[in-house]
Amino acid sequence: MNALAYTRYELLRTFRNRRFLLLSLGFPVVLYFSVAGSNRHAHVEGLSFPLYYMIGMASFGTMGAMMSSGARISAERAVGWNRQLRISPLSTRAYFRAKVLTAYLTALLSLVVLYLCGSSLGVNLAGEDWLKMTALMLVGLIPFAALGILIGHLLTPDSIGPAMGGGISLLALLGGAWFPLHAGTLRDIAEYIPSYWLVQASHVAVGGHPWGTQAWAVLVAWTLVLSWLARRAYRNDTGRV
Amino acid sequence: MASAIAASQLHKRYGEIHAVRGIDLAIDTGETVALLGPNGAGKSTTIDMILGLADPDGGTISVFDGAPTAAIDAGYVGAMLQSGALIRDLSVRELVAMVASLYPEPLAVDDALDLTGLSEVAEQRTQKLSGGQSQRVRFAVALVSNPRLLILDEPTVAMDVEGRRSFWSTMRELAARGKTILFATHYLEEADAYADRVILMAHGSLVADGPPTEIRAMVGTRTIRATLPDADLDRLAALPGVSGAERRGEAVVLSCADSDAAIRALLAAEPEARDIEIAAAGLEQAFLQLTSAA
Repeated sequence: MNALAYTRYELLRTFRNRRFLLLSLGFPVVLYFSVAGSNRHAHVEGLSFPLYYMIGMASFGTMGAMMSSGARISAERAVGWNRQLRISPLSTRAYFRAKVLTAYLTALLSLVVLYLCGSSLGVNLAGEDWLKMTALMLVGLIPFAALGILIGHLLTPDSIGPAMGGGISLLALLGGAWFPLHAGTLRDIAEYIPSYWLVQASHVAVGGHPWGTQAWAVLVAWTLVLSWLARRAYRNDTGRV
Repeated sequence: MASAIAASQLHKRYGEIHAVRGIDLAIDTGETVALLGPNGAGKSTTIDMILGLADPDGGTISVFDGAPTAAIDAGYVGAMLQSGALIRDLSVRELVAMVASLYPEPLAVDDALDLTGLSEVAEQRTQKLSGGQSQRVRFAVALVSNPRLLILDEPTVAMDVEGRRSFWSTMRELAARGKTILFATHYLEEADAYADRVILMAHGSLVADGPPTEIRAMVGTRTIRATLPDADLDRLAALPGVSGAERRGEAVVLSCADSDAAIRALLAAEPEARDIEIAAAGLEQAFLQLTSAA
């Protein structure tokens, strides 16, 4: 028994699917250049617009990458592969590890691509800030890893497309990824949504720490609730689809 | 003999449907057993409970003297589920190797590919395979775990004639190696030819359990259908060779244990009978008869 073999084959499968990779990496890039390209010298929340929007689109892209594990899970369930795995000794932990790791590598790729796009529009940060921002993004994506697995075990392949498209757009909107949120009701709500704190990671550039107590509390709460739900959905999902 | 599967008073309901209605099952290690029954008999539900994919609503089940999930976690069980397909973007070899990596004592991947006749397509991506080839890959996936107990739910459904032949010859080899095999089928011929023992299921119950010859005799009935508007059903049912009679409009249908004796008796007793047809009862019909008698 080789604990990491399953993860390795999952990665191989995901990265062989060129169409999936091109679409999930490409779409945020196209949006980035079409919006940030014409606002290169603007400023928002004390940040250069290309920086703010780089993280906005990176949040959008990485959320999509994390949740795309749901689409893959849903497709596996539809062909009965989920049940085939259930009758093997594969543990819940090893299964989750493979799904989360695959999602994270896809997200990391999306992040790096957007950093390159940002740099090409003049985004320039100290090395330390790049690292800090990346770390915050990766931590901020934890709830979305659980969300991806959850929807994968709840939805069928024909419903997961619209659910993901709509869900990610809404989360991106509430997070301020499309455009900055002004102080008001919308932002008050957004502060309870994990995508808001993803986008806020860009504030490392203006010094200080972009995440206060509330940010951590929101992330921990969402992570706990979504992981519990994802685990439950996985456990109950042994029937024929 | 050690017990491979033991179930007692097993029940499963899905909403209104009482899929499995109190079955008792005892299968020893080394047996090759066919679970025979028409669609909807409860075969797949029973298999789901043996595999720990469904929890019984009543009764108990053990696999190798433990809970089904314990046997699964120990890697004792390999299974080919009904109507599954393969995940894409891996070669046949990679997919089989991925599954092998999940088990404590798998077969060598090349051996599993050889046994299932897949060596020639080993490097092909799973999404490029034909239906028959996919079915063989699913068989390889069940085999590569090197299980003590092999469970196959309608394994030959998508296979062509040649595929079936080589599938069953592999199965015989595995049985000779001492594996316990349980396969579900709705083909009487398969149960007859490849099992040591046949368990007959209908409407969620076990109807019969015995060697194939016995089962074949039970379900090998014929029916006689004749137009006889005013016939007395009780009198017809009492004719030699007839085990049951029922009316279908103007016609009567006689279930016969011995159709030769029955047709002679019928023509003697009811010279008015016309439009006579004698047919082999389908498995389904034989099951219905067996269960309604039970």
